[in-house]
Amino acid sequence: MLIPCPYCGPRDLSEFTYQGDANRTRPNPMSNDQSAWNAYVYERVNTAGDHREFWQHSGGCRAHLAVVRSTLTHEIKSVAFAREVAK
Amino acid sequence: MAEYSFLSLLRNALSGNEDWKPAWRKPDPRPSYDVIVIGGGGHGLSTAYYLAKEHGITNVAVLEKGYLGSGNVGRNTTIVRSNYLLPDNIRFYEHSMKLWENLSHDLNYNVMFSQRGVVNLAHTPAQMDEHARRGNAMRHEGGDAVLLGREEVARMVPGLDMSARARFPVLGGLLQPRAGTARHDAVAWGYARGADRRGVDILENCEVTGFLREGERVVGVTTTRGEIRAKKVAVAVAGSTGRVMKLAGIENLPIESHVLQAFVSESLKPLVNQVVTFGGGHLYVSQSDKGGLVFGGDLDGYNTYAQRGNLPLVEEVMSELLAMFPNLARVRLLRSWGGVMDMSMDGSPIITPGPLPGMFLNCGWCYGGFKATPASGWCFAHTIARGEAHPLNAAFTLDRFARGILIDEKGQGATPKLH
Repeated sequence: MLIPCPYCGPRDLSEFTYQGDANRTRPNPMSNDQSAWNAYVYERVNTAGDHREFWQHSGGCRAHLAVVRSTLTHEIKSVAFAREVAK
Repeated sequence: MAEYSFLSLLRNALSGNEDWKPAWRKPDPRPSYDVIVIGGGGHGLSTAYYLAKEHGITNVAVLEKGYLGSGNVGRNTTIVRSNYLLPDNIRFYEHSMKLWENLSHDLNYNVMFSQRGVVNLAHTPAQMDEHARRGNAMRHEGGDAVLLGREEVARMVPGLDMSARARFPVLGGLLQPRAGTARHDAVAWGYARGADRRGVDILENCEVTGFLREGERVVGVTTTRGEIRAKKVAVAVAGSTGRVMKLAGIENLPIESHVLQAFVSESLKPLVNQVVTFGGGHLYVSQSDKGGLVFGGDLDGYNTYAQRGNLPLVEEVMSELLAMFPNLARVRLLRSWGGVMDMSMDGSPIITPGPLPGMFLNCGWCYGGFKATPASGWCFAHTIARGEAHPLNAAFTLDRFARGILIDEKGQGATPKLH
């Protein structure tokens, strides 16, 4: 699996660290809404298909990336800097 | 007389082996059943078997999307053990171990259960302490565990690198003598035959495409072989849990699907007599009766439903194997494959009624589902038949995450790829 880093170009999977599902929204830290926190910490959509997820190019430029990747074929559909898509 | 015995073998040998009955029928789906079990893997088949055997519920269908045993029951590294730390896990897996010990007799089918022992190596004093604690916890709950020193490990596992130059010197290990391996395909086939002979319909190439609902209640399924109704619908589909539950409108679960790779080497003379696990990383290896080394390591570490992994993990697993057994450096790999694991948020399974009325859920096996096959089916059958959990699976609920009563064996928190 090659991930095309916006800075470094296509690089091997071994240079990247998986940071998990990007479909979740972190509640306001001041919130005491237990169901929202439970959803954020424990619940996953576990998509079979195009999955939004975070990676870090930890063995390269160290940028945090927001990737859309098919969990059925491992095909990378899009890569952007996480800061551009993070809410 | 038992269907498979010395006498039946002799009789069929004399008559040219033409009178054997197929191990299970290939029936057409009936319009309705008392119970539908979705998933014809180890857990689904054992559930159907124990529904019939322990609870007398024989009007049951097992729905398998492919051929029987094509999923994780045929993809694991066949290890059976019950060396857990937390009481709920120890009791559950000890029950499984006891069922394993009588399984071949019970099924009248040789599952080749071999109690060759599992040795968990320790490479640091902290690991030795941790093993001692785990061993004590197991013995406290009535299990078996033996703490081994360095010399005992060297005697028991002669192929290990015990030299002064070893990258991860072995200080000792924890042995579970009753643990071992079983022939995974035979487990699937044995449970399938046992269920079939008691009247269960095993429907292969029958993929669930949707759920029939009456209000909230689940009353059946639509499949590639037509509509089938049932009083109770049980889901035991491991890595496909996310996909199947979405068909029922359950969008979120405390589960992520990950791929775990496994490997087999070419055949060697006997070298590894137990199941040996590496403490400097994550690797487990045993040797099959054919002589191949069967081994695996960590997950690839990203969400996937593809039954194949990537090369960085292959390299990591090989390097760990060679750190333990440098003498294997020139052994060739025969094949590798991947299976999709239903990784839960605390590393422990879910066996529970719900989450919808008329539905029962069995999932979250992470990469330890094979050893649980008998107890999982046994507890799930009880849960389905009685409508409530058995004390052995009462802790394995779906709402334990929201209620804060997790069973986090490794203490890793909600990072499924680490369990």
